[in-house]
Amino acid sequence: MSGGHPMSTLLLFCAVVAATLAITTWASRRRQGSPEEFYAGGRLFSPMENGFALAGDYMSAASFLGVAGLIALYGYDGMLYSVGFLVAWLVVLLLVAELVRNCGRFTLADVVAARLGAPAVRVALGVSSVTVSVLYLVAQMVGAGSIVALLVGRTGAAETWTVLGVGALMIVYVCCGGMRATTWIQIVKAVLLTGGAVTLTVMVLARFGGDLGALLASAAEHSGHGAEFLAPGLLYGGGWAARLDFVSLGLALVLGTAGLPHILARFHTVPTARAARRSVVWSIGLIGGFYLMTIVLGAGAAALVGSGAVRADNAAGNTAIPLLSVELGGGAGSTGGAALSAIVAALAFATILAVVAGITLAASAAVAHDLCSSLRRARRTARSGAAEVRTAKAAAAGTGAVAVALGLLAKDLNVASLVGLAFAVAASANLPALLYALFWSRFTTRGALWSVYGGLVPALLLVVLSPVVSGSAHSLFPGVHFAYFPLENPGLVSIPIGFLAGWLGTVTAREPCDPARHAETEVRALTGAGAA
Amino acid sequence: MRIEDPWHDSFASDRCDQAPPTSAGSGRIEADGRHSVEPPADERARAARVTGPQAAGTQLPSPAGESERERRAREAVYLTVQRSPAFRQVRSRYRGFALPAGAAFLLWYLSYVVAATSAPEVMARPIAGVFNVGMAAGLAQFATTFLLTWAYVRHATRRRDPLALELRWETQEMTRTAVRGGAR
Repeated sequence: MSGGHPMSTLLLFCAVVAATLAITTWASRRRQGSPEEFYAGGRLFSPMENGFALAGDYMSAASFLGVAGLIALYGYDGMLYSVGFLVAWLVVLLLVAELVRNCGRFTLADVVAARLGAPAVRVALGVSSVTVSVLYLVAQMVGAGSIVALLVGRTGAAETWTVLGVGALMIVYVCCGGMRATTWIQIVKAVLLTGGAVTLTVMVLARFGGDLGALLASAAEHSGHGAEFLAPGLLYGGGWAARLDFVSLGLALVLGTAGLPHILARFHTVPTARAARRSVVWSIGLIGGFYLMTIVLGAGAAALVGSGAVRADNAAGNTAIPLLSVELGGGAGSTGGAALSAIVAALAFATILAVVAGITLAASAAVAHDLCSSLRRARRTARSGAAEVRTAKAAAAGTGAVAVALGLLAKDLNVASLVGLAFAVAASANLPALLYALFWSRFTTRGALWSVYGGLVPALLLVVLSPVVSGSAHSLFPGVHFAYFPLENPGLVSIPIGFLAGWLGTVTAREPCDPARHAETEVRALTGAGAA
Repeated sequence: MRIEDPWHDSFASDRCDQAPPTSAGSGRIEADGRHSVEPPADERARAARVTGPQAAGTQLPSPAGESERERRAREAVYLTVQRSPAFRQVRSRYRGFALPAGAAFLLWYLSYVVAATSAPEVMARPIAGVFNVGMAAGLAQFATTFLLTWAYVRHATRRRDPLALELRWETQEMTRTAVRGGAR
């Protein structure tokens, strides 16, 4: 979006910021600072509200702009992302949502630590949750900077200031409003984003008289690839490394969602396990519809704008939807096109703000509730709930600062691959411990520690040794070469290692498993007895 | 003083917004949030007798100060419930659906991803007009996701929820009686 319409876009951005700040102020009035309120928003959201908030947490700008852009450029291979992002929710629905709601209080570590009763397990899961959250935050920050710079039509300083501004705003949301404000921001954002996507989809389909076949045929024709556009292979059809990389990404996407701390935290905002289940159903409906629409939008961008024009504007395809909205509004230079693209830019901005607020809250919960309280317990100093909330707010500011710093450092990295990394770490470190704790009667403390660190360390190590960090022109350090691991996404290797380490740690453990704790976890998980 | 026990860190404090609708007011299957179902009279009487005015959802008693004996009593209750036929039935119904369905779906998704990356020529075979095998398989992934979601929710509501709620009440009642009874 080189030319752009900076004034109207900036005005809409200011409106978005004002609206979110108003929501924060409104949601935080007359609220006392208890952990129940700060981490779980009072636990009385309805399934529909939480379903929208879950969808809002999940549909990041990377998927709104990024996936549609990949579809516009690579056709079918972009669509593989859409499928993976949706299918992951079945793992959440079937294996995680209800049980976590019944067993936990605020964080992922609550569930596993309660099953095993060892503070060391809580610390381990706190560390991995913070790592996942920071990785995911950095991805969103990088996305925020590049997308805003692209949409407003400036680069360099604008990018830096955007990252700083987004960081400051997310700290304000979390510190002032806690989970209640964050949830309402997510809900409003999910409604706006869905509304925007529906509008654009209807406009695209109207251009083709509602004929999907005609849309796809035209997309294939204007993509410059012909029929290949509608079949796999354009993006991941290279050597074996590229193909394995995609399988790795697919595995990370489908298993990582169930280990994302900010998604798991959402299940504690509803009163019961049944409500948690119903909120997942809402979010599956919303997310499924949304990703189906991104397919139409991506194909629409290829058909109406042309893949070549999309690539010329932004090599990664991130501006496909803004370009499409200009075209749908009446073409470049027209008032309709300017208005529509400004609205799309504001939607993307609102999306980024909402997603970073959700992740920052989860990270602050992991620091204050899991790490700090375990350390304090070790030193045998008691503390009140209000003190824990104060720690959490400080932690939110700290996490925000770290994410801003890393976001500025990593601003040239590919956003989609960063998101894939966060998912891979979540699937390798968090998911094995969580599933073993919920389903395996013999699981022990050693098994939990081995599975968390055994997933986390290989995942991070493989990332450091991957082409993301060194060895290629798009790397973090392009000048040096220590990329000994050929895949960008470590999931294919690190996820099995995480599961294997948990199994190995359990069978070699000297301490016996505790049948009473297992009974308590199992009964609570399936019946909801004694749930917080 | 068991301060290292993570179930019970400050459970009893800060229970500000935790209102009865969660569970104490729900006699039948579920009170899903703000609108609680009016429970049958006997149910309510039992709840009042057993749990007192506090919400049943918060039933674990003043855990920070829980004694060793109270903990044993509570553990015994959970072990008893776990061995009961009613709980075994809930568990086998849940696992009997969720585990095979989850495994089958994961396999279906992974075979789709592997097929798309290793056999693109199969996926490119046309079916009707511009629609090819790959498009059909991708849309089928969406369709099966929605279908399985529907089937799971239906199964859970019909086959599991009533039993689970009954067990929840019984477990909480047993815990309370065991812990209180022993204290006298």
